[in-house]
Amino acid sequence: MSEPNDIPKQATLISEGVRYGILSAAQVLDEHLARVDEREGEIHAFNLVLADEARERAAEIDSMVADGLNPGPLAGVPVALKDNMCTRGIPTTCSSKILGDWKPPYDATVVTRLRDAGAVVIGKTNLDEFAMGSSTENSAFGPTKNPHDTSRVPGGSSGGSAAAVAAEFASVSLGSDTGGSIRQPAALCGTVGVKPTYGAVSRLGLIAFGSSLDQIGPFAHTVDDAALTLEVISGHDPADSTSIERPPLELRSKLLMGAAGLRVGRITDLPSGASPDVQARLDEAFEALAAAGAEIVDVECPAFGYGLTAYYLIAPAEASSNLARFDGVRFGSRVTAPDTNQMYMATRTDGFGAEVKRRIMLGTYALSAGYQEAYYGRAQKVRRLIANDFAAAYAKADVLLTPASPTVAFEVGDKASDPLAMYLCDTYTIPSNLSGDPGMSVPFGTGDGGLPVGVQVLAPALEDHTMFRAAAELERYMQTQQEGSIQ
Amino acid sequence: MSDRITPSDVSKVASLARLTLTDDELATATTELSAMLDHFAEIDALDLDGVEPMNNPTHLVNVMRDDVVGETLDRDEVLAAAPLAEDDRFRVPPILGLDD
Repeated sequence: MSEPNDIPKQATLISEGVRYGILSAAQVLDEHLARVDEREGEIHAFNLVLADEARERAAEIDSMVADGLNPGPLAGVPVALKDNMCTRGIPTTCSSKILGDWKPPYDATVVTRLRDAGAVVIGKTNLDEFAMGSSTENSAFGPTKNPHDTSRVPGGSSGGSAAAVAAEFASVSLGSDTGGSIRQPAALCGTVGVKPTYGAVSRLGLIAFGSSLDQIGPFAHTVDDAALTLEVISGHDPADSTSIERPPLELRSKLLMGAAGLRVGRITDLPSGASPDVQARLDEAFEALAAAGAEIVDVECPAFGYGLTAYYLIAPAEASSNLARFDGVRFGSRVTAPDTNQMYMATRTDGFGAEVKRRIMLGTYALSAGYQEAYYGRAQKVRRLIANDFAAAYAKADVLLTPASPTVAFEVGDKASDPLAMYLCDTYTIPSNLSGDPGMSVPFGTGDGGLPVGVQVLAPALEDHTMFRAAAELERYMQTQQEGSIQ
Repeated sequence: MSDRITPSDVSKVASLARLTLTDDELATATTELSAMLDHFAEIDALDLDGVEPMNNPTHLVNVMRDDVVGETLDRDEVLAAAPLAEDDRFRVPPILGLDD
């Protein structure tokens, strides 16, 4: 990677090179497409590669630069989109059979913002159907594999987006995170992955799973790349009624602030379950920040461990309601039947996969007469307890560190037949979806089998920049370690 | 394994969700949902009296826009993406039972 003609993989460097005319967007794209040709067969990160559209867009970017125009902060950066984000005229499947060949009549706000910033959309990535899963095995189009070891899962549900960055098919990608669907695959694939504050990024055009939990965020090679991408896609959108009325997040200017004086919380009653290799990395992360001048403080979050239960009542309840719209009338596929009710039944029975049906039924049950208060109602109260715990913890600490995933990437098929075991993958990520606070996974060395480990940084709502500050310090520490071991 | 949920409960839930289950699927779903509800019973012991339910993380309530004409989706494009359309409308099979 030291040849001067080498094309950088980082979005910040690509964009700079393209804007200054040192690199051409076409050349950058070709390099990425060549890697797709080479490895996509074994990895299956994409549901759709948009090579022709991307070439056209890259040529446009290059001609803008030739004309002395600035294509924007993501000039010529190849980006991949999770296939639950609407792209006008381009199939958007949610990795489900039920959407058939549906082509959305509009672009998601994030897609518009990426394009307006000069990004080149290279493809739509695979996911667990409707973003329900933690391994990207529940896809109607087959599983995605982990680029570090193709016998293992990439995590999920945004496994295709994580794998696309890890395999260097795209420089950055977007995923969605309802209970950890960005952070867990980022950890398993060794990329940075961010779930911003709820409401910081528009959800318009993101096909809804759990509306009070869903948030779009980036995967990237570096903390700075993730910050750049998030700055581009964040900011108020009047077309999303849950979008916070604030300007785009300001993150990059905070990355060099260091950790001196930062109060870093250790949750003393964190649920057990992290494997020893992951725990060792987390301990090292605390030491790294302490060595950089942070103060480590103990905090308690007694309700954290109930997050999984609250989530698996609330998210399926919201999903059962959101997915009622897939009824064979307006989008995609339909199974013909003599009357409308039978058509609904036949279309949904044929179109949804097993995990989606499981969650729709669980959610329908949790909302049904006689059970709503016992399940959904109580879960909403537990959600409040968790948010209160975080608020108390953040009175003492600026950020919290936890594992992003309890283990490194597991084998394909390992948890496929045990839904509860799969759900436990999200133990550490779910609580911040419930509270609406930001969280991100930062690659932090390797664990068992030499596979990537991610450390999760959590921060209070709208303190995304503080979270990035801590993440940047962890990244600097790891770079120093790696440079040290090479010499 | 508890009997928190019976096959007939699951069958009713499936029907409410407009899903049809085979006998095998019904048996599997009953076992799986029972196991989940067993796990979820951990919150039964929590004292939640007086705790305000939280339904979303923002403090936004009833966000309204000005009542002015804005850009809308292109009708032809929307209808083209539907399984069946006719006369500028979505076409569906009979809504009332065929015997009515």
